[in-house]
Order: sequence, then C-alpha cells, then structure tokens
Amino acid sequence: MRFMGYIAQWRSAAKEALDRTAITVNFLCWLHFTSNYVCSPCHAYGVSMLPTLNVTGDILLADHLSPLLGNVGHGDLVLVRSPLNPKIRLTKRVVAVEGDTVTYFDPMHSEASQVAVVPKGHVWIQGDNIYASRDSRHFGPVPYGLIEGKVFFRVWPPGSFGLLDQ
Amino acid sequence: MGSSSFLWNCTKKFVTAAVITVTVSDRYVTVVPVRGGSMSPTLNPKTGSLMGDVFDDYVLVEKFCLWKYKFSNGDVVVFRSPTNHKETHIKRIAALPGEWYHTHDKSDVIPIQSGHCWVEGDNSASSIDSKSFGPIPLGLIRGRATHVVWPPQRIGAVKSTPPQRLCSALE
Repeated sequence: MRFMGYIAQWRSAAKEALDRTAITVNFLCWLHFTSNYVCSPCHAYGVSMLPTLNVTGDILLADHLSPLLGNVGHGDLVLVRSPLNPKIRLTKRVVAVEGDTVTYFDPMHSEASQVAVVPKGHVWIQGDNIYASRDSRHFGPVPYGLIEGKVFFRVWPPGSFGLLDQ
Repeated sequence: MGSSSFLWNCTKKFVTAAVITVTVSDRYVTVVPVRGGSMSPTLNPKTGSLMGDVFDDYVLVEKFCLWKYKFSNGDVVVFRSPTNHKETHIKRIAALPGEWYHTHDKSDVIPIQSGHCWVEGDNSASSIDSKSFGPIPLGLIRGRATHVVWPPQRIGAVKSTPPQRLCSALE
C-alpha cells in the first residue's frame, strides 16, 4: 500500500514539473517571437548619434515589423547589424535608399565632398554626428537585409520619454 | 458554450505550436527547399531535366553558427541576397575575412575585408554569387546547410569542401 502511495506521489510531482517546463518553454518562445517580429528594447550609446541620442546610453524600442514589410525610408532611425562585425548592432539614420545619389562629406579623410550612388537593394546609413561616426561613408552602402529594426520610441532617460520624431 | 470553448482551446494550441515552430526554426534548425541548379552537383543535381522541379532537394539548416558567426572555408550557407532582401540564396563560402581570394576568370587577387565573406555556387556556369555582387557581409547569413533531408534517395550530409579542392577533383 505504501509503495502505491509513493508512485502516486511521484506521478503528481512529475506532472507538475512537466507543466512548469511547458509554461517556461511557452513563455520563452513568446519572448523570442515578440522580440524578433514585434518590438524589442535596445541600448544605444556612443557619440555617433549626437544630438539625437545621448552619449551615456539611451534605451530605445525598435519595431521589427517595418523592415520585414519594406517600410523603411529616408530619415528613419534603424538598428543595423554592422557589416564589419556581425556580432554588433549599430543605430544610425537612413539617409538614402536604392537608386539615390548621395553627396557626402567626410571630415576625417578629406575636405571635399564626394558623390556616391546607392546600388539596388542597399541603403546609405549615417550617424547624426558626422564628425565622430563610422558609417556608410567608411564602409559603403549596406544591404537592406542587415536592417533589423526601426527605432521609434525612447524609454530612457525619463526626461525624453516618448516617440522619436523622424 | 461548449463548442466555443472547444474552438478557443484549439486556437490556443494552434498559436502555441506556431510560436514554438517559429522559435525553433529561427534559433536552432529549419528545413528549406533549394531552387535552381546553382549548387549542382552538390544540391539539385538533376535540374534542367523534365522532372527537375518535382525532385528539389530540401536541406536541413542549423543556426547554431549564428551565435558566434564562426564559419569555415567550404561551408554551404543560406543567406539573404544583398541586392534583394526578400530572396534567400544558398552558396558555398570560398573565402573568409583576412584571406585573399583568387578569382578564376580575371586572375585577380582580392582581399576580403573584415566581417565579409566570398560566396560561390558549385556550378559556376549558372550561379549568381560574389562574382556578380562582390563579398557579402557575414550578417546576411541565415544558417549553415548540413544535411539533405528530402528526397529519400538523396538523404545524406552536405560535405564542406573548399571550392578549389572541388575544382581540382573535377579536373
């Protein structure tokens, strides 16, 4: 009799463990889904986006649906996987899209302005602070497929909480 | 009342299954069909024949390589096309960052800049690859093809051969 009691106890414990695991897995999958297809927080720091974003690091919300729908255009702040190091992500502004002619000025390398044409399927990204930003002026136009999200909302610092004006 | 709760339960289960499938195929493994003969004879060896489309290969793509972006020469990778983000291509890595790539036709030597790689199809006659659009950023890579899983007579591992060796084996 005691043996049967143990079995029943063990079964209920196993069932509970299984239920908890299922809930956790489900939760993690939802987390993955929302952060990859809906929106996710991201942290941007550095001087390259002054004066739009602060040096100390802003917490932003990026929407991941717009790049999938092809809804990224001039002036949007985007989250881009760096073409030079795939492990890091950059926050920059889209200056030109495919087919556009860009006239840019790189104070670090030359005094004269240069002209480039953005090829098909690429975008031209630049930081707002042109004096301290490594962007398309350095590595050329980036493929649209590297865009991971469109930044639309600022969460931190609390003083500038709200939608980012494009 | 009973039927509406049954419907609700079914929807809930369906959505959960869909989300789990999306997560697994994004993070761990997925199966994709291969269209066209650019990777023949490794994949789709019979393209061009009458029944070519019916017997398209399906390959298993693992995504663990994306955690550290570590690839080796000769890996068959799936990546988003640099000219059209809606298209996905499958090609073989011919050169990795820091290497010098020797093109076949122009007898030119190109340095591969950091974060980029040179991709080429095994069937160089009918393949749109780095020869037309240049080196691609590693960030466009979506996974590494490891096995052919369909059709049944073609099940097996995809060999990771550097293209140079493949050429010399064919000659």
